[in-house]
Amino acid sequence: MLALLWKDLLLEFRTKERLSSLFVLALLIVLVFVFALSPEQIQGPEVEAALLWVTLVFAGMLSLQRSFLLEQERGCFSGLLLSPIDPGTLFLAKMLGNVMFLLLVEVIVAPLSLTFFGVPFSGSLVMLPIVVLLGTVGFSALGTLFAAIAVRTRAREVLLPIMLLPLLVPLLIAAVKVTSAVLSGEEWNGMWFRVLLAFDIIFVVTGWLIFSQVVQE
Amino acid sequence: MKRFAPFADNVLPWLTLTTMIAALAMVFLYVPNERVQGLVQRIFYFHLPSAWNTFLGFFIVAGAGASYLWQGNRFFDLLAQAAAEIGMVFCTIVLITGSIWARPIWGVWWTWDPRLTMVVVLWTIYAAYLLLRHLGGDTEQIARYAAVLGIIGVLDIPLLHIAVRLWRGIHPKVDKMAPEMLWTLLMCTVAFLCLFTWMLWLRLRSLSLREEITTLRRQAVATA
Repeated sequence: MLALLWKDLLLEFRTKERLSSLFVLALLIVLVFVFALSPEQIQGPEVEAALLWVTLVFAGMLSLQRSFLLEQERGCFSGLLLSPIDPGTLFLAKMLGNVMFLLLVEVIVAPLSLTFFGVPFSGSLVMLPIVVLLGTVGFSALGTLFAAIAVRTRAREVLLPIMLLPLLVPLLIAAVKVTSAVLSGEEWNGMWFRVLLAFDIIFVVTGWLIFSQVVQE
Repeated sequence: MKRFAPFADNVLPWLTLTTMIAALAMVFLYVPNERVQGLVQRIFYFHLPSAWNTFLGFFIVAGAGASYLWQGNRFFDLLAQAAAEIGMVFCTIVLITGSIWARPIWGVWWTWDPRLTMVVVLWTIYAAYLLLRHLGGDTEQIARYAAVLGIIGVLDIPLLHIAVRLWRGIHPKVDKMAPEMLWTLLMCTVAFLCLFTWMLWLRLRSLSLREEITTLRRQAVATA
């Protein structure tokens, strides 16, 4: 599994295509929000949390599109499947790869966008990385599964968001709620945290179990 | 499927017709007006059974999908597809009847109440499912993908339920119902269940006929 993960990371670090394009795209989405809403309107933790997550979701979608594309185009995926690797392991490796890419982008984009939105950096922000991590894991779990599906269909660019976005609704609501609580420094509702955690656990396990059905040739 | 055919072809249409007429009669003639909401409340007797059918559709899609992945029996795949299509129809009915009711009672066509939100998200999941089938074509691979989507969709429902409920809530809760109302609701539920089953049956049969035609055509091409 580590070897698989290493392969993906190595490929990326040789080219840096995905990371650089993701970073620029995320930055552009933030800018579009600022121009569309005007900076004065982006105020209050709720709006800021919402914009942050919309940015991450759409940038993440692009990253997912790419995650199976290289292998599909050059037929490497069949090779991977022929090797004696358990499909569940393959899923976990792919998912972790996606999580890491997204985290690398988020580490830059999240502070940057919060700066653009004028959020003061205070002590309560230490919880933000945890929330972002939980959100990213859930997103990547479902995302990896459906990216693997979408890449083998026609119309893959449209199908991925269409399948993924409705299923992400609980994650998105919970992530925005927790993030906005963190940004405002309030005591948060532990329920939201549990929804996030439950989402992560349920879909990582389901993805791990069901992935063999997806990659069967 | 063969064992069910005589019942579905001969009994089910009449059963649906009778129960539907009875349900209509009860909704319009038998049940009294609700005290606060008046006449509009009667749409509820169609609204709620449709909502139940929406969920029923979801569970059939997931259950048939899981059976298909397990056994690879083509019948389950066709069942899942038929259930998704019929479920989508009832889901749309829920949204439309709910809107008609909400306008006079809440004063708006739409509001972000948890159950409304939930149904509209379910509608998009159904839409994604049908689009995957439509865009993907009729292959074994797509059948498996659709099954995966159906299963994930059903797993998403409890999370969605919790999330939208915590999010906000103004939907009327039905506490006490007059016995007439309860009977009417029961009748409507039976009628809608019959309708659902019958529609499901018709769609299932047309799908399997289409499948048969494809096979025959392929055989004909092969022999010619």
